[in-house]
Amino acid sequence: MAHPFAITLDVGSSLANRTGSWRNVRPDYVHRLPPCNDACPAGEDIQGWLAEAEAGDYEAAWRSLTRNNPLPAIMGRVCYHPCEGACNRARIDATVGINSVERFLGDLALEKGWRFAPPAQESGKRVLVIGAGPSGLSAAYHLRRLGHAVTIREAGPMVGGMMRFGIPKYRLPREVIDGEVARIAAMGVEIVCDAKVDNIAGAMKEGGFDAAFLAVGAHIARRAYIPAGGAAKVLDAVSVLRSMEGEEKPLLGRRVVVYGGGNTAIDVARTAKRLGAEEALIVYRRTRDHMPAHDFEVEEALEEGVMMKWLSTIKNVEAGSITVEKMVLDETGFPQPTGEFETLEADSVVLALGQDVDLSLLDGVPGLRIEDGVVRVGPDMMTGAPGIFAGGDMVPSERTVTVAVGHGKQAARHIDAWLRGEIWAPPPRNEIATFDKLNTWYYGEAPATVRPVLDLVRRTSSFDEVVKGLDETNAVFEARRCLSCGNCFECDNCYGVCPDNAVKKLGPGKGFAFDYEYCKGCGVCAQECPCGAIAMVPEEL
Amino acid sequence: MADTIDVAATDETSQKLRYYQKGTFTVGNRLVDAAARTVQASEERSNALTSGHRACQGCGEALGARYALDTAMRATGGRLIAVNATGCLEVFTTPYPETSWQLPWMHSLFGNAAAVATGVAAALRVKGKSDVRVIAQGGDGGTTDIGFQCLSGMFERNDDVLYICYDNEGYMNTGVQRSSATPPAARTATTPAVGEEPGNVFGTGKFVPRIAVAHRIPYVATATVADLHDLERKVTKAMAIRGARYLQIDVPCPLGWGAASHDTIRLARLAVETGFYPIFEAEHGRVTGVRKIRDPRPVADYLRPQKRFAHLFRAGHEDPRVARLQAMCDANIEEYGLVDDETTG
Repeated sequence: MAHPFAITLDVGSSLANRTGSWRNVRPDYVHRLPPCNDACPAGEDIQGWLAEAEAGDYEAAWRSLTRNNPLPAIMGRVCYHPCEGACNRARIDATVGINSVERFLGDLALEKGWRFAPPAQESGKRVLVIGAGPSGLSAAYHLRRLGHAVTIREAGPMVGGMMRFGIPKYRLPREVIDGEVARIAAMGVEIVCDAKVDNIAGAMKEGGFDAAFLAVGAHIARRAYIPAGGAAKVLDAVSVLRSMEGEEKPLLGRRVVVYGGGNTAIDVARTAKRLGAEEALIVYRRTRDHMPAHDFEVEEALEEGVMMKWLSTIKNVEAGSITVEKMVLDETGFPQPTGEFETLEADSVVLALGQDVDLSLLDGVPGLRIEDGVVRVGPDMMTGAPGIFAGGDMVPSERTVTVAVGHGKQAARHIDAWLRGEIWAPPPRNEIATFDKLNTWYYGEAPATVRPVLDLVRRTSSFDEVVKGLDETNAVFEARRCLSCGNCFECDNCYGVCPDNAVKKLGPGKGFAFDYEYCKGCGVCAQECPCGAIAMVPEEL
Repeated sequence: MADTIDVAATDETSQKLRYYQKGTFTVGNRLVDAAARTVQASEERSNALTSGHRACQGCGEALGARYALDTAMRATGGRLIAVNATGCLEVFTTPYPETSWQLPWMHSLFGNAAAVATGVAAALRVKGKSDVRVIAQGGDGGTTDIGFQCLSGMFERNDDVLYICYDNEGYMNTGVQRSSATPPAARTATTPAVGEEPGNVFGTGKFVPRIAVAHRIPYVATATVADLHDLERKVTKAMAIRGARYLQIDVPCPLGWGAASHDTIRLARLAVETGFYPIFEAEHGRVTGVRKIRDPRPVADYLRPQKRFAHLFRAGHEDPRVARLQAMCDANIEEYGLVDDETTG
């Protein structure tokens, strides 16, 4: 090759110098488990669907969400969002409003009429689901997606279970339940109401079912022995809330006392206010911080004028009055009687002391084990009877809609595997993307978008929904507050900050790759990754 | 010599970026227009300083040089010549017969980069190649000590050169000796951490950006490798101006500072957030803008991760020089207005 004057050698590039040989630790792209996903009882990939929502592709976000949970509009209203409790963003400004974005997506799907795709292939297997509450609906949906023929038999006159007969309208409008259930039915799930199953084995044989999922819930009100005069009006929370769905609204009087400290007690007290009670008083034996009810519901109830009487037990109920005994907490936090009594005016007393499972339909199922009033199931959700699975409030669990939906999904996977003679093994869980894995410098300050709350006056006099949804502008704002913990969101930081150009950009949606020929293992990429999606691992020498 | 940067457009861009709560300060973001991302986010960046160079792991200077030159390459459409002073940057990029530079690049002596660049600019002017631009670059040794006379001459003649100083606060290439940019108390090979006043002495050294401002040249700015958006904006702005311009970039040196290789950007960020390294820009002798501190931090947060300051933090020992360094930071914060007064908002 001819060289210019005074030049004798070709210019060589430093690319000939493979600096990757200097390295003793290497960066690796990893997926860590976001704390929200880890906390979700329904096993949603929250970070995944938020990523799609923040790009403005709401249908993709909804489809991604509903891969795990078919009821986002319901969940966006009644879920107690443990995801938000785990959210890393709380340590920066405020937790991401996951629940409100979920509701936005759910409502948008109902408005746009988005449908679930029917299964690509029929399995030829038939599964009976008993109970059309959240776990039954969830199981039916997931089983149908897997190609099984599913029939739901519901003892009640309408679908929804406790979502309809236990959760007041002002928290969950009924058209939302109907809309989301209709979408499941449209996939080909047969739903039969007023069809109580008394004999499981018989019903399975008769219908030619290969497996069954029991999800009858717990709707028998627990009673406590309280001496009551003949004219005293003592009701239970379950029947009060259920009768709200019928023609005849319950007659509670002007002064209503609700006994108990759970979410159901709050629901009844708020319902009583809406029915015109001047006074709704919750009597609870311990203090507010010991209440099982969720704090935001207690707060909403207090705002609406519901009163609370802490550290009190009801000793006696007469017509028009009750007698309570004052309690003190001992060192273990357990209430102890003091012998001090007080009389309060009360037209009615509603007991909200928990619910039990109606076990009558389980008689005669061989192998089924019942302990402490609930049905024992194995890790695969199967009862002692082969092919009969159970979930929701009737098995030992926290009794929430979200847990029930999660049970339905888990059971569907196990049933599907069982029908094929296999055992479903959950995939291994990734390491959790804890706050210390993040580099939060890169996130802008952005406070949470607060959902508009119905004007106080209106909400105590009507059953209109209390919490309103987000509109598109603030939903996308909220979605973009997600930190994407543990999963690459293509911010280009690693690509930009490498002093050795040893990161390759693969294009939109494809992420990045390390060029180990030149990577010296300095670790700047891992340190500057905002979301903790790069791990430094020792080289094997 | 007019400043042709559209300031309104840059403001609009930063406003738009602020809307994105995720990745507002990141190199790129899949949700913003390509035009609003940094040059470094682009697959088309020129990689003016390419792989295979022999800089240490986590080298801040290698990073700063690529950031600055890639931006200048984009701003000039690739019509760019770089003149390099002697120093780490020259040595680690051009061991004979290899080069890491992917642009016309020239090296002469330690102290004459500014003068050589002046000559290159003059030759281009004579040849009528007004579209080809010239950058001179070097470390703090080649700039603030050895090359200072040539630099001052280039400034006072207002030669059409952007001089970039990659400031790693010492002669790192030859074994970490003190320069006039080494901060007080820092341990170097020539200011050991022994005796009455261990490390570099207080009351010495100079801050060349202010000297450049005193020349009343069209543009002077400081930047760091920790704020890429700011750095790229300044280089782009500088390349839109004719005449003498000076940019000094804080580039942490893992070797010379005794820091972990992965902490390079973190230390640059802490240098800014503590007020240790004021980030400002000046035009024609007047300071026209400062980068505010976003998350104020005490200077100890910046000092502790660096072994060159380890003698200030011996167990059970409260060294009064930490307070003196804090006082320097506080003076910077006050002088440049780096923190917004809460009450005046």
